[in-house]
Amino acid sequence: MQDARPIPDSIDDTLSLLSSAGYVADRALATVLYLSLKMGRPLFLEGEAGVGKTEIAKVLASSLGRKLIRLQCYEGLDVNSAVYEWNYAAQMVEIRMREAVDGGKGGEAARAELQKGVYSDRFLIRRPLLQALEGEAGAAPVLLIDELDRTDEAFEAFLLEILSDFQVTIPELGTIRAKEPPIVIITTNRTREIHDALKRRCLYHWVDYPDATREMAILKAKVPAAGEELSREIVAYVQKLRGLDLFKNPGVAETLDWASALIELDKLALDPQTVSDTIGVLLKYQDDIARIASSDGKKVLDEVKSELRAAAVAQGN
Amino acid sequence: MTSRSDAGENQQTGRLGENILYFARTLRGAGMRVGPASVVDAVRAVQAAGISDRDDFYWTLHCVFVSRHEDHPVFDEAFRLFWRSRELVEKMLQMFSPMANSAPKEEERKAGQSRVSQSLFAGQEPKQEIEKPQVEIEALMTASEREVLRNKDFAQMTAAEIAVARRAMANLVLPMDTVRQRRFEAVGRPGVIDPRRTLSSSLRTGGDLVLPRFRQHRVVQPPLVVLADISGSMSQYSRIFLHFLHAITERRHRVHTFLFGTRLTNVTRQLRRKDPDDALMECSRAVEDWSGGTRIGSTIHEFNRLWSRRVLSQGAVVLLITDGLERDGDDILAHEMDRLHRSCRRLIWLNPLLRFDGFEARARGVRAMLPHVDEFRAVHSLDALSDLCWALSRPQARAADPKTWLKAIAA
Repeated sequence: MQDARPIPDSIDDTLSLLSSAGYVADRALATVLYLSLKMGRPLFLEGEAGVGKTEIAKVLASSLGRKLIRLQCYEGLDVNSAVYEWNYAAQMVEIRMREAVDGGKGGEAARAELQKGVYSDRFLIRRPLLQALEGEAGAAPVLLIDELDRTDEAFEAFLLEILSDFQVTIPELGTIRAKEPPIVIITTNRTREIHDALKRRCLYHWVDYPDATREMAILKAKVPAAGEELSREIVAYVQKLRGLDLFKNPGVAETLDWASALIELDKLALDPQTVSDTIGVLLKYQDDIARIASSDGKKVLDEVKSELRAAAVAQGN
Repeated sequence: MTSRSDAGENQQTGRLGENILYFARTLRGAGMRVGPASVVDAVRAVQAAGISDRDDFYWTLHCVFVSRHEDHPVFDEAFRLFWRSRELVEKMLQMFSPMANSAPKEEERKAGQSRVSQSLFAGQEPKQEIEKPQVEIEALMTASEREVLRNKDFAQMTAAEIAVARRAMANLVLPMDTVRQRRFEAVGRPGVIDPRRTLSSSLRTGGDLVLPRFRQHRVVQPPLVVLADISGSMSQYSRIFLHFLHAITERRHRVHTFLFGTRLTNVTRQLRRKDPDDALMECSRAVEDWSGGTRIGSTIHEFNRLWSRRVLSQGAVVLLITDGLERDGDDILAHEMDRLHRSCRRLIWLNPLLRFDGFEARARGVRAMLPHVDEFRAVHSLDALSDLCWALSRPQARAADPKTWLKAIAA
């Protein structure tokens, strides 16, 4: 792993940091990210699936040379698998060992010592949230709490202590405080509302679908093998689809997948047959696919082609 | 709301703080939830960002004040109006440049202030502007599709009514109303061993005695999403089921309520009010299509597209209260019901119009919807909340199975 680099000094620095790592961000996102780093506040990213929320954390970790600690949330996630767990088997062995050595000498003092010995650091299994509190000065890890909306409210409430004070209280051991607060990034797909108390502790940002220019830049950075003409057609087509009022709009991730798929098929331009063969990469709902397979798809493609042609002519003049 | 020490440290930020405070008040006036803590945060954020242009300033304030995507348009409008005087923002920007150390002249400041107070009031306009829905007028209207916008007054609830309602609600059991969580809870009877509690209890005896402790999966109520029809044909029941919805919102976690006639309104927040009369009044204010026509198909389409992914997670049960009288077009209705059915764990249709035992599912809307519901519950008379609770808590009878009704039509 590379050495940890300090956080950027300005919004422009943040922007160039992200782009150096291949993430094309808009100014709004860079501003929020910079503030979150500067003020030491968690960043709360909300948006549709596949707009690059998780990617921000990954890029940030790699470009700052920090460790990425990821907590994937799921229903029923509890403290035992998110924060810490005791190694019960080893604790049992420890108790038996002590018995064998001491020969079962009882008394209050021995009992207290046993408690202390069994609940010590040796038997503590550290889960992601606890690991994130152990960063060295200047090298705090990036903590990604992914898809927070998948857990329940009870877990959310538990995060409050960690996010506002960067500390965890373990009843048997005491409070563990971070020397250097981690860089926290929380993502949600909005399958349910997150409580205001948690949002209040974070800086909020809605990650939207990129506009055509930015999507073009993303495509260039991520799938350089796609030719100029193909890229332009792909972006224009996807942008059109997003305006169609579909059940699930294609995200940036889908655009990139589609571009890779078309390259694998050695395509240099879009044609109706190719689109209908590969549409499953882009759209994931049968209703949407059926709609595109019918008249809508052809219309969109024709519009894209004619607009691009018009733009090319305008440029030629 | 800047703290005293902040102001003492830097005289200039005092002005900035004040302006941000006024801006926050404008946002609050426009209906956003902005607390004093976020004003402090905003000042800190602006200081930290060291803003150099209008856009950065915009996004800096945005990330602190906006915490819901829906609030973005309100913020946008308020920002535009509040900071519209170019000089104001520029003055703000100057505070951060090392050149502008001299305090602005008294005269200029006054001018700035008056503009602020003007825009303070102007800032409240967007609320009305944004929240006022556009009245759509469609050229092709049939009688039942006509959109009639009117408000509704509900008779207040009497103390006796409230007591009866409480009793009825206490006995309410929704069908299939439990889900097993992955999370555990401690239990006394043998089952799966809980290592943590076993160990800590054994330590109490100094490790001499290791008695097993047990745990089991916790069982909770799933989220409940209610879609209630408030169109003309249902208007005589509106009051009863609004009371029902209020009571159920009070009793359990995770209830989302939508009312529909010709348009869909989310009244979850309104129904969270403690007092039933208050809640109903808020609802009646929020909904604009009381006792109008019905467009079940298109409102469910709207629900599917905008809300289903946000409220139907974690095994939600959907309770649909409607008479199914619809002329919107059966194709779209059947299609949207199908989608709704696939996105929730259980879809219960409560139909209050089945007043006769000889009812047959002849109406076209009813026929389009029936194949897509898990349970079809009828209320023969709906005069009080207890009837509603009774209809929902009854054990699953053959009559509740939609297939029985469909067979009756086919025969």
